[in-house]
Amino acid sequence: MKIAMTLNKSNGKNTRSTWLEKLIVGTLAGCTLISVITTVVIILMLGKESAVFFTQIPFLDFILGTRWVPLLEPTSYGVLPLVWGTLLITFGASLIAIPIGLCSAIYLSEYASSRMRSIVKPILELLAGIPTVVYGYFALTFVTPLLKTIFPSIQVFNALSGAIVVGIMILPMIATLSDNALSAVPRSLREGAYALGATSFEVTTKVVVPAALSGVMSSFLLAISRAIGETMAVTLAAGATPNMSLTFLESIQTMTAFIVQISLGDTPAGGIAYQTLFAVASLLFLITLVLNIISQWLMNRYREVYDE
Amino acid sequence: MTSESKTTPIANYHGSESVLELRDVSICYSGNPAVQNVSLNIFKYNVTSIIGPSGCGKSTLLRSLNRMNDFIADVTIEGSIKFDGVELTGKEIDPVLLRRRVGMVFQKPNPFPKSIYKNIAWGPGINGYEGSMDDLVEHSLVQAALWDEVKDRLQDSALSLSGGQQQRLCIARALAMAPDVLLMDEPCSALDPISTSRIEDLIFALKSKYTIVIVTHNMQQAARISDYTAFMESGKLVEFDITNQIFTNPTEKRTEEYVTGRFG
Repeated sequence: MKIAMTLNKSNGKNTRSTWLEKLIVGTLAGCTLISVITTVVIILMLGKESAVFFTQIPFLDFILGTRWVPLLEPTSYGVLPLVWGTLLITFGASLIAIPIGLCSAIYLSEYASSRMRSIVKPILELLAGIPTVVYGYFALTFVTPLLKTIFPSIQVFNALSGAIVVGIMILPMIATLSDNALSAVPRSLREGAYALGATSFEVTTKVVVPAALSGVMSSFLLAISRAIGETMAVTLAAGATPNMSLTFLESIQTMTAFIVQISLGDTPAGGIAYQTLFAVASLLFLITLVLNIISQWLMNRYREVYDE
Repeated sequence: MTSESKTTPIANYHGSESVLELRDVSICYSGNPAVQNVSLNIFKYNVTSIIGPSGCGKSTLLRSLNRMNDFIADVTIEGSIKFDGVELTGKEIDPVLLRRRVGMVFQKPNPFPKSIYKNIAWGPGINGYEGSMDDLVEHSLVQAALWDEVKDRLQDSALSLSGGQQQRLCIARALAMAPDVLLMDEPCSALDPISTSRIEDLIFALKSKYTIVIVTHNMQQAARISDYTAFMESGKLVEFDITNQIFTNPTEKRTEEYVTGRFG
């Protein structure tokens, strides 16, 4: 009887805790909803304004055109120079960050003592926390002058110093995420390899790295996606000249740097120049979205292997 | 408990040749003793079991025989462990070369996330094996009684095998290195009874070519498969003798209590 009474919902105390519970759940769900709604609104806005843009500029002219002159007559809306600028920066940054990041990760997970790890990892994370505008300044005031001593013909704004600082910027991401992936490889696997008379180098390169490969690849993709979306540093370092140059020594303009240029200028809302913002942003969003999806997929794949 | 002198009689017991000779071996983790003053001999082409309750130091002792303890920070080993007459704890000994001759199978099957074939070929491959790899893979799998089950799917992932098959693959992988000694650290503890009995049959068949040291929780297993049994407790070797003696007529009271299941 007593139990039945305390379990009864109409009991005064219990109803109070029930609505409190509902309020809490509601608040929590509301908070989650905010970010979901924001994402949806952004996507809708990008889609809507881009659609307006594409009613005036044929899609193929945009995606395949090689001249990007949106603000001066005669205008031309070929986005490829911006895409090329982004690719140049991303490629250069990856060339720097992937080997160095992977080597750091291997050192941290396989060779460093736990003391060394506890010192180096926070420093790496600190590097990740430096505001990107600082990297931009660092590129302009330190990297470019340094490069000028090697390449006297280099321009003040150039892709190379942009690529270098973006590389430094994404390096901690690759190092920490790859380190996590390598450290997640079970110790038993390493022991199995050592027991077969393998050296630590063989264990690392032939067992641990291949076993963690999808996690390592996923860290590369996330970092690349970060490099593609990087804005401040490349705007400051690489300039604002849409350019399909093959050398790293000239000024270029990335998709993000273009968005900054238009957003900061006095382009009136509603005009075609204004809508280019959304078209370029949509493209940027699509590229990073695809990379993030692939990276997520890779990450889940490698989790499956060890969960059993 | 007087454990120090328990090995001497056995050396005279059989005329068998010793592959490993341990004298006063003590192993400490960060100053905490895990193994204390253990002396025993491992005889060639015999199966030696190390039994004892959890945490008695039997795995630690086993792992000192191929220097797998090297990977644990702050471990110290005292005493002498001789392999073929050579002191293996010495700084000048390359543990990599030692492990090629003293193979190991672990508690949990740990095949590489590679194909069945590559799991076997990996060890010989990195060690510059020059013969026919296909033959070696087949031979190793036959020895591990796994060949018939996997011969048509050598390129499948080793992770697609059952637990028992994975463990036999790990044994095959160790055998492919043609070791002198095979160390087994509770190789059946993660397996079902049928897989366990297959591995026991396998151990029995392998001892004509290999010297086997097996750590086990399972006393019946030790009684079934081993020629010699060492009983350890709290890091000390309580008794070491031929298996039959340990299980039917042990000298030490603690051994009798343990093997009759009165404690542990």
